[in-house]
Amino acid sequence: MKHEDFKDNGYIEDLVAQLNGSGVNVVVGKADQLMNWSRSNSLWPFCFGTSCCAIEFMCLGAARYDMARFGAEVARNSPRQADYIMCQGTITYRMAPVLKRLYEQMAEPKYVIACGACTVSGGPFKNSYCVVKGIDEIIPVDVYLPGCPPRPEAMFYALMQLQRKIKVTKFFGGANRKEKLTYSPQGAKAE
Amino acid sequence: MADLQEQISKACPDVQIDNSGQWPLLTVANATWHETATKLKEQLNFDQLMALVGVDWGDAIGVIYYFTNTQTGDIIHVKVVADDRDKPYIHTVSDLWAVANYQEREAYDFYGIIFVNHPDMRRFFLRNDWVGHPLRKDYDANPELNPIRLDDETNEDYTCRYVEKDGKVVKIDGKVFEDDEYVINVGPQHPSTHGVMRYRVSLDGEIVKKVDVVSGYIHRGIEKLCESLTYPQTLLYTERMDYMAAHINRHCLCLCIEKALGIEVPHRAELIRLMMDELMRLSSHLLSYGCLTMDQGATTAFFYGFRDRELIYDIFDRTCGARMSMSYSTIGGVVADVHPDFITDVRHACDVIEKNMKEYHQLFTGNVIARNRMIGVGLLSKEDAINYAITGPSGRASGCHCDVRKTHPYSLYDEFDFEEVTRTEGDSMARYMVRMDEMVQSIKILRQACDKLEQEGAQGEYIAKVPKMIKLPAGHWYQQVEASRGAFGVYIESDGDSKPFQKPMRMHFQSPCFNLIGVVDLTCRDNMIADLITITASIDFVIPDIDR
Repeated sequence: MKHEDFKDNGYIEDLVAQLNGSGVNVVVGKADQLMNWSRSNSLWPFCFGTSCCAIEFMCLGAARYDMARFGAEVARNSPRQADYIMCQGTITYRMAPVLKRLYEQMAEPKYVIACGACTVSGGPFKNSYCVVKGIDEIIPVDVYLPGCPPRPEAMFYALMQLQRKIKVTKFFGGANRKEKLTYSPQGAKAE
Repeated sequence: MADLQEQISKACPDVQIDNSGQWPLLTVANATWHETATKLKEQLNFDQLMALVGVDWGDAIGVIYYFTNTQTGDIIHVKVVADDRDKPYIHTVSDLWAVANYQEREAYDFYGIIFVNHPDMRRFFLRNDWVGHPLRKDYDANPELNPIRLDDETNEDYTCRYVEKDGKVVKIDGKVFEDDEYVINVGPQHPSTHGVMRYRVSLDGEIVKKVDVVSGYIHRGIEKLCESLTYPQTLLYTERMDYMAAHINRHCLCLCIEKALGIEVPHRAELIRLMMDELMRLSSHLLSYGCLTMDQGATTAFFYGFRDRELIYDIFDRTCGARMSMSYSTIGGVVADVHPDFITDVRHACDVIEKNMKEYHQLFTGNVIARNRMIGVGLLSKEDAINYAITGPSGRASGCHCDVRKTHPYSLYDEFDFEEVTRTEGDSMARYMVRMDEMVQSIKILRQACDKLEQEGAQGEYIAKVPKMIKLPAGHWYQQVEASRGAFGVYIESDGDSKPFQKPMRMHFQSPCFNLIGVVDLTCRDNMIADLITITASIDFVIPDIDR
């Protein structure tokens, strides 16, 4: 897809401006580009399917949609081998500590796609007594993907947005050092 | 009917019988409940507990039980009210009907009803440090009482039992596992548990000794949410419980509301609904085939199953406008007429899937690994299947004739020619084969339905005239349908509120998977730990349907 075909280009442009503004020498800059290109094309998802969206995610892995075209078909069951969590499905109060712990177990750099209405805001279960109203209350989110459940095409769109985001990050001294930044669950929104 | 009433009053003379509804309603006092229940089971042969619904009537708390006699198909329901609203005690029936074990734990979790003599009175869905019982009408919903707790939950190694001693109820502590048992944790987050289910498994070498199911990781409080919505609004939740039976669950709730309102649904609408149900069943069984094969390492078979599911998704997409969570049935009919190519598409999908069925069998059914891992593994006897209220393909694999489409025909199923698939082995292989054979029957139904829909013409009346404000009279209703995984039931109780936007007083969903989870311990015990995953895959449950 071309740059202008995407929606919400503002944040990518901000990231580019940030990247250009910080000033990096040519060697590190080129190494960064190479790193980012290779990382963005081998994103290994961590299966975190709790409900309906997980079925659409399975369709993504199957023959018609074929996630392998994006280098993202290696779905891992261990957080330590994965690059990003695609959180599919409602997160309840009982699941919240588990999600947080699994997120913390992932190696840096790590990313989160909030897939489906439940993970974005609580969705149809927003008024429930035990549903987390958006996973950004617990962990930082990179891409929000609405839909109940989103179509596989929409999931690809979210995946491509994440790839674009990775391509404009500073890897050396940036993304791979991110663990030093602390994240406070109360109040703070996604970075 | 009169016969049954006579028998009941003969066996239990102190019971009040109300015959005004669809099924006889028995009102039993808590003190004599266990005695009456024993008679119902042993003398009158009501061998299956279909549903157990906790209800808070405002001034009293109690339970409504739905029983069925699997031989005659008779249904009765029993109302037992606890004496004290603040400290409700009811005698357990888990010693008579094994399915009541988890059902009563659910009622305890929701209403705080303590079941006297129940062996394991722990919460089922919510964390053990949860404050209050959410479905009680006096529940304090203050978020400060129950915030999002990010500390890890402590393992519930202790349980308790309440017994009657000198007319008083006393608590006795117990243990889930003994001190010298070797317990490992499986889940809650692993694809092979088919969602977010957690088992704590006690092992002796590689042999499973006991499985403790820890549920509730996707408990979303749907039943409580329904109490704050109008009837048309509650429909959407049915599709998000068992998303592999979305049309069927929604159909069930629609049927229940239509039954309460006395709405006659146009023939065409009912036919379309039935076709959608069968397409959903096909899609669900294909998914189940894909997952079962993948759990045994056959990744290719998974792709084959999913390839054909896309055909069904395309049909849904064209007619309903969505691949999943279609929101197509509505009170009185369906929201729109079918796509002009609907019949052609369905016929094409039927042909393709029928042709590919041979391929599935070649690929997997005859495979020596698959046969060794499934034949004779995870046995479930017919008696246990009835006692644990196992319905659907898993129940039929044990020899139960529990297909609601045959036992209590709803919709237009009595107009169709199809067979109820049953087997007698009761092992993983039988459960797998029942699903495969059911797909053939679904195709058979769909072909007949295509012919019928063609006769009706390209267009027709697809929705009945329904009042703009859905208001149910005071009373309660129960409706059952055959979902992909077993009998799905909806219980609605209305207080007959005259306000414009009437809300249900109580809405309960009796999901088939909730009962299926009850036999995990039974079927996995004394099998290898590696077979835990294949057995649960062959039982085939959807976790959001258990937790709701």
